[in-house]
Amino acid sequence: MQQKYWIFIGVVILALLAGTFVYPNYVNQGIDGLNGKFGWHVPHFWSKPYTLGLDLQGGVNLIYQADLIKTDDKGLAMQGLRDVIERRVNMFGVSEPVVQIQGSDRLIVSLPGVKDVKQAIEMIGQTPYLEFDEQKTEAESKPILDKIKEIQDAESKKEDYTKIKDWQLALQNPYFKPTELTGKYLSKAAVVFDQTTFKPQIQLTFNSEGSKLFEQITARNIQKPLAIYLDGASIIDTTGDGKIDVSDVYAPIIQDKITGGTAVITGNISAQTANTITSRLNSGALPVKIGDPISQETVGPTLGQASLQKSLWAGLLGLLAVVIFMIIFYRLPGLLASIALLVYVAITLSIFKLVPVTLTLAGIGGFILSIGMAVDANILIFARMKEEIKQGKAVDVAIKEGFGRAWPSIRDSNLNSLIVCAILFIFSTSFIKGFALTLSLGIVVSLFSAIFITRILLQVFIGKWSEKVKWIL
Amino acid sequence: MFQFTKYSKVYYLVSGILIIASIASLIVFKLHFGIEFTGGSNMEVEFIPSTVSGQVNRPGNEQITKALESFKLGDIVVQPTGDKGAILQFKGIDEATHQNVLAELTKLSPVEEKSFQFIGPSVGQELKNKTVIAILLSLLAITLYIAFAFRKVSRPVASWKYGVTSLIALVHDILIPLGVFSLLGHFYNVEITIPIVAALLTILGFSVHDTIVIFDRIRENILRRGMGEFSQTVDWSLTQTVGRSISTVATVLIVMFALYFFGGPTLKYFSLALIIGVSSGAYSSIFIASPLLVSWNKWSERKT
Repeated sequence: MQQKYWIFIGVVILALLAGTFVYPNYVNQGIDGLNGKFGWHVPHFWSKPYTLGLDLQGGVNLIYQADLIKTDDKGLAMQGLRDVIERRVNMFGVSEPVVQIQGSDRLIVSLPGVKDVKQAIEMIGQTPYLEFDEQKTEAESKPILDKIKEIQDAESKKEDYTKIKDWQLALQNPYFKPTELTGKYLSKAAVVFDQTTFKPQIQLTFNSEGSKLFEQITARNIQKPLAIYLDGASIIDTTGDGKIDVSDVYAPIIQDKITGGTAVITGNISAQTANTITSRLNSGALPVKIGDPISQETVGPTLGQASLQKSLWAGLLGLLAVVIFMIIFYRLPGLLASIALLVYVAITLSIFKLVPVTLTLAGIGGFILSIGMAVDANILIFARMKEEIKQGKAVDVAIKEGFGRAWPSIRDSNLNSLIVCAILFIFSTSFIKGFALTLSLGIVVSLFSAIFITRILLQVFIGKWSEKVKWIL
Repeated sequence: MFQFTKYSKVYYLVSGILIIASIASLIVFKLHFGIEFTGGSNMEVEFIPSTVSGQVNRPGNEQITKALESFKLGDIVVQPTGDKGAILQFKGIDEATHQNVLAELTKLSPVEEKSFQFIGPSVGQELKNKTVIAILLSLLAITLYIAFAFRKVSRPVASWKYGVTSLIALVHDILIPLGVFSLLGHFYNVEITIPIVAALLTILGFSVHDTIVIFDRIRENILRRGMGEFSQTVDWSLTQTVGRSISTVATVLIVMFALYFFGGPTLKYFSLALIIGVSSGAYSSIFIASPLLVSWNKWSERKT
């Protein structure tokens, strides 16, 4: 078999895979049907949803400006702030929050699907609070533990635990109680390496007042743990389950009374963990103020859905109209280009799902625009082909010439569009970035579909026979 | 062959009038920037059926403005949308005030908030600067690219002249939609928002497509057919490419009209900007950029 047929089969397989990935429902229904009929256990096709931007799924987008005037190492301070805010929004229970640093002193917080924006803003705006807690005595712990047990029993019997006397007691930390030592007494934390073992250690330096407090606390807690909490939760995830909750406690053991205000936390920790702990300690020691957001965008859940539906519908209509247009004006090649256009849509949407590209309304606008622009290369090629055929060239020669002659224009014009997209991407807000990204992806994929796929289709479907029915070309 | 360049003066006149009108409109009416550029708050609400009567009651604009008086929100602009919705714009407020405003509105009639946007003044100014830089950079990059791509054709017209004429065509293509939007802004309160800026920049990229294809054909015809009368080469190239120009613009216009009529309010003006810009771009590549090349060539020949 000739090479072109192999490539054609490859294109067909690619198109089918992409199409199924974009819209797996029918294939999965078919699989269900077969499984039911023959008792097979064929799994469903891999499905992955689109990643929708805030404007489509609802939520809030906040921009903060950090006050870094009193900070020496601004980059480090922003890293720490980002980390602290990320911890908080994770604990707030938002799905897939994004906290990113923009420029030197801006922080962008995206909270998809968040209901209580006011509470979220209040929580983010708080100053980080670092505390060092000592162990409770057994007499102090017992009533709390008992109460927790009592409530758990009640809950397992589906009883209303708020009827239990002093149920709020169970909300307290059963093992640790705060000391006077807090973040404001800590001057700084740093990662240092042990001189002999080269293991990472965390060095804490307290200010003069903090040194005295630390001395008293260590004196009365020798061989006992000292727990470190940030914003009321353990400073790191110690259970390794990927989230910070009540079961996590980070509490180094105090070996001896420490005077002089400098302490070192040793132990078997990775350099990465040491860095995380240090940056969090520092964010509690030298809190960077972020205050109120300087920009806020809240989108209700219904608005996004409605505009998504409408624009998708419009895109589908546009696609259909382009197909009709191409078939009327370019007949058989137009039909083949339309098939290539459908493959283009399937591949682009697959890439959106795979990467994943966060789809915003502007991004969808860019994609719909690219549907109209994707056939541009085909139009150029076909127009050229028609000219060559008019000059009396054989069809296969005309196809070849058409592609060859049209290529410089296609290259120049698309490169130009990509340049503009790059400028858009560099010099703008996240909103336009989405647009520039989808548009440039569209341009690249459309070059592939309009040139590579269409050419294979033309080579496979248009042969010597078409010389007799030239009107279809 | 159609003698496109024979009527150059007519095209220049038409475009000249359009450009002067656009500039005049920009000077007189200015651009009506959205709050993402000026800073402020934008609140979109929809009034919902009250639990008592089951009826939707949208309060009048004055009623809303009066109810919110105590918050000192500056100039409040209320714009009704659809049957039950309204867009409110006022100065920047914090989240607490925002919630209070919403509560006050609910007192008038039950309401559901669709979206709320607050942009600090510094963010808006920054965005304006960035947009201007992006537009200027795009213009520069495109001009340089064309001058580079056509470096092999230096006769009869130098390659940088291709770059400059396409730049003139691009300025034409961006001024006309801007003029239209300044009119829309003045009479229909249509704002320049970020999607419209994105559309304008895309127009730059797209309308130069057409110019490139035509210039490319001129380049090819010069290289293949040798020097003839330059105006004839241009006319011939335009005749060869005009069918393709119309088809390409048509397919883009088809999808943009679909988006304009069925795509919902957010992308409506985005598609409108593209419809105006793409049409103007197609016009300017055929009737401005190419004739300008010929005129420029004649003018410099006369000089020597």
